[in-house]
Amino acid sequence: MSKSERPSQLFRNLNAKVASIPMIFTALVIFVGGTLWTVLYSFTNSKLLPRLHFVGLDQYYRLWATPRWLISIENLLIYGVLSLVFSLVIGFLLAALLDQKIRFEDTFRTIFLYPFALSFIVTGLVWQWLLNPEFGVQGVVRSLGWTSFSFNPLYDSSIVIYGILIAALWQGTGLIMCLMLAGLRGIDEDIWKAARVDGIPTWKTYLFIIIPMMRPVFITTLVIVASNIVRVYDLVVAQTSGGPGIASEVPAKYVYDYMFFAQNLGQGFAASTMMLLSVIIVIVPWAYLEFGGKKRV
Amino acid sequence: MSDQAVSSPAIAGAGGLEAYGPSGPKPRHTFSRRNIFLYGTLIVVALYYLLPLYVMVVTSLKGMPEIRLGNIFSPPMEITFEPWVKAWSSACTGLNCDGLSRGFWNSVRITIPSVILSIALASVNGYALANWRFKGADTFFIILIVGAFIPYQVMIYPIVIILREVGLYGSLSGLVIVHSIFGMPILTLLFRNYFTSMPEELFRAARVDGAGFWGIYFRIMLPMSLPIFVVAIILQVTGIWNDFLFGVVYTRPDTYPMTVQLNNIVNSVQGVKEYNVNMAATILTGLVPLIVYFLSGKLFVRGIAAGAVKG
Amino acid sequence: MRYQLMTAALAATVALQFAGPAAATDLEVTHWWTSGGEAAAVAELAKAFDATGNHWVDGAIAGSGGTARPIMISRITGGDPMGATQFNHGRQAEELVQAGLMRDLTDLATKEKWTEIVQPKSLLDGCTLDGKIYCVPVNIHSWQWLWLSNAAFKKAGVPVPKNWNEYVAAAPALEKAGILPLAVGGQPWQASGAFDVLLAAVGGTDAFLKVYKDKDAEFAAGPEVAKVFKAADDARKMAKNTNVQDWNQATNLVITGKAGGQIMGDWAQGEFQVAGQVAGKDYTCLPGLGLNEMIATGGDAFYFPLLKDPEKSKAQEVLAHTLLDPKTQVAFNLKKGSLPVRGDVDLKAANDCMKKGLEILAKGNVMPWTDQLLSQDTQKQKEDLFSEFFAKQDMTVEDAQKRFATIVGSAD
Repeated sequence: MSKSERPSQLFRNLNAKVASIPMIFTALVIFVGGTLWTVLYSFTNSKLLPRLHFVGLDQYYRLWATPRWLISIENLLIYGVLSLVFSLVIGFLLAALLDQKIRFEDTFRTIFLYPFALSFIVTGLVWQWLLNPEFGVQGVVRSLGWTSFSFNPLYDSSIVIYGILIAALWQGTGLIMCLMLAGLRGIDEDIWKAARVDGIPTWKTYLFIIIPMMRPVFITTLVIVASNIVRVYDLVVAQTSGGPGIASEVPAKYVYDYMFFAQNLGQGFAASTMMLLSVIIVIVPWAYLEFGGKKRV
Repeated sequence: MSDQAVSSPAIAGAGGLEAYGPSGPKPRHTFSRRNIFLYGTLIVVALYYLLPLYVMVVTSLKGMPEIRLGNIFSPPMEITFEPWVKAWSSACTGLNCDGLSRGFWNSVRITIPSVILSIALASVNGYALANWRFKGADTFFIILIVGAFIPYQVMIYPIVIILREVGLYGSLSGLVIVHSIFGMPILTLLFRNYFTSMPEELFRAARVDGAGFWGIYFRIMLPMSLPIFVVAIILQVTGIWNDFLFGVVYTRPDTYPMTVQLNNIVNSVQGVKEYNVNMAATILTGLVPLIVYFLSGKLFVRGIAAGAVKG
Repeated sequence: MRYQLMTAALAATVALQFAGPAAATDLEVTHWWTSGGEAAAVAELAKAFDATGNHWVDGAIAGSGGTARPIMISRITGGDPMGATQFNHGRQAEELVQAGLMRDLTDLATKEKWTEIVQPKSLLDGCTLDGKIYCVPVNIHSWQWLWLSNAAFKKAGVPVPKNWNEYVAAAPALEKAGILPLAVGGQPWQASGAFDVLLAAVGGTDAFLKVYKDKDAEFAAGPEVAKVFKAADDARKMAKNTNVQDWNQATNLVITGKAGGQIMGDWAQGEFQVAGQVAGKDYTCLPGLGLNEMIATGGDAFYFPLLKDPEKSKAQEVLAHTLLDPKTQVAFNLKKGSLPVRGDVDLKAANDCMKKGLEILAKGNVMPWTDQLLSQDTQKQKEDLFSEFFAKQDMTVEDAQKRFATIVGSAD
């Protein structure tokens, strides 16, 4: 259906336009306006208060020469790739298991999904406790006799990011599973029948028939996971505060710390502009393909 | 890709909710090797997911001496509810020793208006986008969706300035507006998708009867969209309740939401860390969204399918 | 005792809230004093202010200054200022003052002759910008202390060290006895502060000033500072197995004898006091690490944002007056473990460590500290560097010094 068929469109759609004012305001003033403002001030030497004293690309030069920023980026890449892969794989496997006409499906699903109801602050605190070297998993295994057992991700610079990953997966895979399950439920029963008639093994059916059919679900999931990855902040703050040292720092925390702790707004804005850039590179093409153009069923 | 997204069978649309059921291969005998593997795996994974909750509950019921002894997995030898009482009513941050109770009520006062306002705005937006498309609407919508992925940190400062200019900084209404703004992208997307999937004939018939924008919204769309409202409410209640960043930036100590107070209490170490109180406080803070999830169960999963899975 | 005090203070505030005189003005005061000793100290301030018929609304923000300051600043710049707020005096609030958001206290200061009462005089300098006074210093906190657990050294069978070098030499014995030689918490400012103390103690006052005041990058890359880095390398090896975050948890390790010692400011004293430990008997304190006995004139101060409400402005003046009151000064600083900002108060109750500090102060051995000399931006970069240095044992000393020199070179 196309609204453009209707006569005197402008007048007829007036209500719709009035109703959309909050959205237009949010889109233009907050998102576009706020973003432009931030980008503009990233070229200044604003300290505690925003000031329009331009210094060119100085903030960006400094940013890319800062070890902490480079570590943040590296962490984000490791964390991002792993959490993307693991959420999709674990989420899909759980969904596939739940899709086997099993009993107690509701119970299992609730168990897998409940961590999603908890905030990252809560998640971070719980896992900080579980991974506490004295009382947590390491301490318990040691007290059982394996005294040389060592699993101390939160105080070991080289593996701390995996400690955060474990917590993030625990919190987030439930939702992915739900999305995947919904996708699986949308697959026509006939396809399964046909595959069985042709004698295709189950795993092959999943891999070569079902998954390609679920492409839209995967894309939605990908976008949800990706956006959460770039924004990861609360979890790190609650679980490690970026430590030990600066080993688990992430870009979002760099932005916050430099904007507010270091009272160097210009530097924080430059870092957030870099984050924004990466988001735009990933998201905008997707958004155009997905929502651009006229389509309506 | 977009066409596929819309026409692909992967979509359990609103109309298809009733036909919602497992579609995998049929199970065979009850005690087949396959079933043992299946349930075995599920149970092991379920235990992994439940473990943190178990540890939280167990720790919160122990006294500090018992915690210092070690094993976090062992059940409490002596159950004590003191940590819970302390976390709720007397844990201190500075001179304020009223625990989480104040934060709880603040969170309630923040969450209720934010949920109502954000859903009201987003449902009307989604409806306008789905059924009353006007020129440029898509552009705004794309900006909105891209906005959903902008790191919040980019927006913090400009919003401080905007709120200051309209005089709402530090007030609860300011925070309600912030939540409505940041809830808008994903909610609008949900509502838009839901309304798009509703039968076209309904809308046409109402138009022929002379119903206008608001008439159709209130008399036809609203009554038919209970599932998506449930999803929106669940998402918003949990999202806003769990928010930390906005709570800490846009409020003041006497209006701090519960998450901020949780963080304060956990970080106000007086002598030794009282893990039991911290865990009790953590559970208390997570209780509201947890209850919402456990109660809504199936509805949420179905709603997610109806809204989020469709592109 | 602490709880009794706090309940008393609370009871008083509650009573005021409900039955207080109509003239009582609520004044919200934000600060980051949330540890046991700190909370007990701030309760004294609240008690004194409430006694004037006004009401102290406590706005404690947990998680140390690094967490609290951004919140305070965004509230002040966001147009929702509190009645008064803690900062470390020096450059933390500089731009807020320049932007005209803070109240000029010069008139009050002249009337009450602050320049005469506040000792040492350099304290007020941290509050002064362009000849005007913007804050009330409430205490002197110096970073340069080494806190040692007597019990830990006894267990290790070595005498309690008298200076840093002896301490480093005793580290293997401590380790052998299963004691963590040095406790350095995971919060970034602790590592960075420990280095500054080493710079002042091992390098000496002049070296400290050359680096942080003159911002001499060449000197910072030179052999004298290399000696300091060598000491910092010892420190990080000794602190390798610290598994705590907060400073007071680290202090607690010393109190319980699980750690040999800690480099921390004199605010750690409040924790020893709350735990009922006696200076000299249970623990030993070495100002300037026993090498260079100086007191840095850092500390806490209260700033007063410019308010429109005349009643609140009046209450601000009352609070400013109360903070400098001799009685408040004594009560507060005894609990806090810090030194009072006026020389004319009687500190009979002071313990061993505080007396040591007072003596050094009386001799005039004072120096400025990083809060006064460096911008927050530079401080943060320093924190990033040293928290990484302490956590990452494989980061070389040379590499760290090179990066340090770069930071000093671009410091402001």
